[in-house]
Amino acid sequence: METLLFCLFGGIASAAAINVVVQRRVFYSALSLIICLSAIAGIYMLLEAAFIAAIQIIVYAGAIMVMFLFVIMLLDPFSSSALQDKKKSLGFIGVLLGTVALVLLYSLLKSYDLAQVPRNMEMSQGGVTALRILGSALFNDYLLPFEVTSVLILVAIIGAVVLAQRRT
Amino acid sequence: MGILHYLVLSALLFAVGAVGVILKKNVISIFLCIELMLNAVNLSFIAFSRFLNQVNGQIVVFFVMVVAAAEAVVGLAITIALHRARNTLNVDDADIMKW
Repeated sequence: METLLFCLFGGIASAAAINVVVQRRVFYSALSLIICLSAIAGIYMLLEAAFIAAIQIIVYAGAIMVMFLFVIMLLDPFSSSALQDKKKSLGFIGVLLGTVALVLLYSLLKSYDLAQVPRNMEMSQGGVTALRILGSALFNDYLLPFEVTSVLILVAIIGAVVLAQRRT
Repeated sequence: MGILHYLVLSALLFAVGAVGVILKKNVISIFLCIELMLNAVNLSFIAFSRFLNQVNGQIVVFFVMVVAAAEAVVGLAITIALHRARNTLNVDDADIMKW
């Protein structure tokens, strides 16, 4: 069952990811990326990371991608030629580099031995307990990074307002 | 189902995203491919978190999502500013830092 679901979600994610690159219109690329992110959320559910799957759907496929679509629609994708990709002169080199990267990554992964890494059995209960462990780790061990991210988001908001404002 | 399946899927998505960053000329397309690469790395973090029974991977993914949101906000603001100033979104037309 897990293999079947992995093949389903993995196939959808791969096909949608390739469609993101192949598609010439940015709007369709963005829609395809939403499908890819949703399929990855399904894989997160397979990996027993329910909280991450939920925020993947809500924050990533919801908020961030809707913001992308807003900006794409704001810049008028279908009438202006600015949003169409032009002639691809680097196509061959790009595909070659991607293949080399994939082969290198695969050989690196094959040489990795999972049994050598020390294990920590705290997450093995699953369900609500796993979520509780995640929350307590986030607000105890990682409290300072958690607070710093709020400052980061504040800086991003101010930066976006400053950058996108109309200069008179 | 071992961890290798998930890692290979992650590597595939990352490679597709990297090819897109190289191939695409449009700023927003490049952004979308960067988001794809970030998600590929997130997938391998979650896979390690599951197979090593550790919570740290999920927390790193949480922070990666926050940083990706901030990056998307600032990047799209720059894109709008670029479109307003130059009336183009082609990265080849914006290869100087100041104009």
